[in-house]
Amino acid sequence: MSGARLAAGGRIDRSRPLAFRFETRRLTGYAGDTLASALLAAGVRLFGRSFKYHRPRSVVAAGPEEPNALLTLGVGGRRTPNIPATTTELYEGLVCERQNGWPSVDFDLLTVNSWIGALLSAGFYYKTFMGPRRGSWMFYEPFIRRAAGLGRADHLPDPDRYHTRHAFTDVLVIGAGPAGLSAAVAAGRAGARVLLVEQDFELGGSLLSAPVAGPEEQVRRALLAELESLPRVEVLRRTTALGLYDGRFAALLERHEHASPDPALGAPREVLVGVRARAIVYATGAIEQPLLFGDNDRPGVMLAGAVRAYLHRHALLLGRRAVIATNNDSAWATALDLAAAGAEVTLLDERPAASAGLAERARRGGVEVRHSSRLLRAIGALRGVEWLEGESHSRRRTPCELLGVSGGWSPALHLSSHTGARPAYDAALGCFVPGPFPAGVFGAGSVMGRHAGPWADGHQAGESAARNAGASGSAGDAVRPSWEAWPGGAALSPRNPPRRGGKAFVDFQNDVTTDDLALAHEEGYEAVEHAKRYTTLGMGTDQGKISNLNAARLLAGLRGIEIQDAGTTTYRPPYTPVSIGALAGRSVGRHFRPIRRTPLHDWHLANGAVMTEAGPWLRPWYYRWAGADAGSAYLAEMRQVREQVGLSDVSSLGKIDVQGPDAAEFLDRVYVNGFAKLPIGKARYGVMLNDDATVLDDGTTARFGETRYFMTTTTAHAADVMSWLEFLLQTAWCDLRVQVVSVTDAWAGMSVAGPRARAALELALPEVSLADAALPHMAVREFEIAGVPVRILRLSFSGELAYEVYVPADRGVAMWTRILERAAPLGIRPYGLEALASLRIEKGHVAGLELDQRNTLDDLGLGKLASRTKAYVGRELRERPELTDPERWSLVGLECLEPAARLRGGAILFARDETPAGHGRGYITSVTWSTVRGKPIALGLYRGGLRHAGEEIVCAYPLLGETVRARIVSPMFYDPAGERLHV
Amino acid sequence: MLRIPCPHCGERDYTEFRYGGDAGRTRPAHGSQSVRAWHDHVFLFANPKGAHREYWQHVHGCRQWLVLERDTATGSVGRASLARPPGVP
Repeated sequence: MSGARLAAGGRIDRSRPLAFRFETRRLTGYAGDTLASALLAAGVRLFGRSFKYHRPRSVVAAGPEEPNALLTLGVGGRRTPNIPATTTELYEGLVCERQNGWPSVDFDLLTVNSWIGALLSAGFYYKTFMGPRRGSWMFYEPFIRRAAGLGRADHLPDPDRYHTRHAFTDVLVIGAGPAGLSAAVAAGRAGARVLLVEQDFELGGSLLSAPVAGPEEQVRRALLAELESLPRVEVLRRTTALGLYDGRFAALLERHEHASPDPALGAPREVLVGVRARAIVYATGAIEQPLLFGDNDRPGVMLAGAVRAYLHRHALLLGRRAVIATNNDSAWATALDLAAAGAEVTLLDERPAASAGLAERARRGGVEVRHSSRLLRAIGALRGVEWLEGESHSRRRTPCELLGVSGGWSPALHLSSHTGARPAYDAALGCFVPGPFPAGVFGAGSVMGRHAGPWADGHQAGESAARNAGASGSAGDAVRPSWEAWPGGAALSPRNPPRRGGKAFVDFQNDVTTDDLALAHEEGYEAVEHAKRYTTLGMGTDQGKISNLNAARLLAGLRGIEIQDAGTTTYRPPYTPVSIGALAGRSVGRHFRPIRRTPLHDWHLANGAVMTEAGPWLRPWYYRWAGADAGSAYLAEMRQVREQVGLSDVSSLGKIDVQGPDAAEFLDRVYVNGFAKLPIGKARYGVMLNDDATVLDDGTTARFGETRYFMTTTTAHAADVMSWLEFLLQTAWCDLRVQVVSVTDAWAGMSVAGPRARAALELALPEVSLADAALPHMAVREFEIAGVPVRILRLSFSGELAYEVYVPADRGVAMWTRILERAAPLGIRPYGLEALASLRIEKGHVAGLELDQRNTLDDLGLGKLASRTKAYVGRELRERPELTDPERWSLVGLECLEPAARLRGGAILFARDETPAGHGRGYITSVTWSTVRGKPIALGLYRGGLRHAGEEIVCAYPLLGETVRARIVSPMFYDPAGERLHV
Repeated sequence: MLRIPCPHCGERDYTEFRYGGDAGRTRPAHGSQSVRAWHDHVFLFANPKGAHREYWQHVHGCRQWLVLERDTATGSVGRASLARPPGVP
């Protein structure tokens, strides 16, 4: 096929050559080429090997429906597999390679699959590799994946940037073919703000397949010029509408890879645009469908419309000897144009006659026409075709190097189905058309099955959309084409192929044949959705754009029902594949999710803290003063707190200001324990339940005045608790005079903990008396130092004497450094989250890992807390039999019994003599090395809980094949009497 | 992508809101000792197709709980009003 490029014509700019690399070959194309057209021009015919049978495959289409010509683009981190060459705009420096051949695409040993094809029928892998042993599939799958499949992604990080953008418009027009251009112009003239999107890098759609010197081109140019002149019309080329969602919201993907050869420059490679439109016009056109016949996947077999597109757009004459086979009028244009370009053309039309006038045009154009004639098979790759002559039923052969086929046109109705409208079958057209549109949505042109007269159709849709969006200007008149409209044609062949030999492929990309569908039907997978999953039809990257309709037709035929009753598979976004990078946008790396920092964040960084993520927060994990790594540092920090005094940042705790005359009543209702009688100046630990009696959260609430409370929540559940309190006050308990405000960000919090905590704070805050009598355990105090409000809560998470100190966020660093500096003679040191969490495990305090919304008060050993005299949220449902079952998994402490072993979070617990298999009797929630016990300890949930205290059990960690012996003990490993708190 | 007309803040994307379930149900009075009433309230949900009144909280806006009229079949959104009765601060 070398020399396919014509010396003149086409929409390529021969003055702008573009060099690119195809595997080891350095090739040149032109501006205006797609990668597919440039490769075809260079004589490349083998574009890859098929998914299952490794059959040689070439370009079939000229757009996003392409199933075969999938290449891997780029190198290193930019390597991207499975990119259709037909939609890739050629750019200088492009690098690409073929995929799915071993050892190479040109010489592929796995073509053996093609010879054993009878074994690889639908469901073969599942039937063969699923049993009899459990796990067989797991074992075989990697080998199958290697033999069958497409491109391979790289594991390097993607160096490119991707952006996300939000847009608004009055009228969104999707598709810039004749209908879309007309719609955009009409809406723009009417004064609407218009966004016209086109997946191609050129505007015109089907007009681009018409001769450059023809009248269609003049109209196209005139419309483009007018669009340019309309101030409120924005045109996005290289932009695919991926999906349509409720509320006329569309997801668009703008591609910029052609303009961003170097990621270091920072230009985005792709931009995901979310656009809200007051009205939408679908002008997405139609996709030509192939015919089914033997070996219809041979290189050289293309869609007839694609042959014409390559001829007029890219100046490619892909065969001097061509056969065009069709069941409708549209392919006659291809035949005539090929003949005009100098090819010898035979036209096989399944119908006994074509529309009026075509026969005469074919005769004048020198096209040999055979009616009532059907393809039997392709010969060679490609040497000719064997076909069946209608009247005589005789088999004939015609040599050719190019075979253009047309099975009719199927509306690209994918987007219109995304919001739930089922496509409707139009028997007269022989295809599915979009289901009913919701208000404000319109369709025009081929997507509606209206192939003739897109100008007036588009114009009317554009005007209606503009009106719907509130524009009132005149839309003027539609284009009145001066040329004779090409007869439309969408009649699809409903018959099974009368083929001879060879496979007839329905889905080229996934190698699904007519036989596979028949087998699926025989085995009971009759419905289209079932047959799809059994055969993988339509599940490739092309999502069956040229296979679903033929399959639906075949399956309906096999069942003996009408195609409208068989229906279609469900269309879901995205319309074409979208990179993960584009979906992620800038939300990668440190922008993956929002990060919350405490007011002391910068101090931590400057003073040797190693930070860790705790939910959305960054918190100090450990400090380097204590050790070079977490494993040693947290132990030193624990000892610091147990033996001397430490300071830790607890600003991330949820903090809620609760005020109002009914605040006491409110707290009494939400906490299981009583708060109404909490004296001013005191704090109390409280637990909240969900309505279903599972534990929602715990925390400490302090009373600073008659109507004024300061609630703290866990870091993890702060937002949920806040919303829950607001929900109760705004929907259920509107009569309570209470206001709640989140003050989490308003206060910096720090905990001074350890036997020397009081001494340390007395050095830091000599202004206040902290003596045990003045500020006993669970007492609170608020005061001002130099006008700065300070709150001190004497409470402990670690089990040591401890105080929480709160100051306004902007005074956090000042208070923190004041404590550290003034208490320096006592040896105070900061400690991090790892030590904090370990100290609480030793003390047996539950935290986020235990508060997983599945456990009850009693599961956590907190049942005694609940009031017996007042109502509280969740009280009634606590008594459900399921929740009072003594065999529920409940909180236990675990002590490791093996000196050299460790306990692991998530380990599954089994009784001592039990075989460690299955879900076990519980699991470990939190683990640490206990400095006071000198061994690993853990908190966990165990069936029957502390009734089994003293028993030896087995902690299994199947991921590592580990089993460790442990003993069930009280979760209060340290100072169970709480003597250290009352000093 | 729903757009919710917040009576305080105007029409906003639903991503600014938190969903709160069926607003047509009445929560048992606080202190009600009917386990059956609480059970039904917590565990029994209708899943209506069509008109639905539902709670949404404008968490990234005014923090108010709203009652939104929405058609579950079409996703189309109607009026949104404050969940708290008028006159309650």
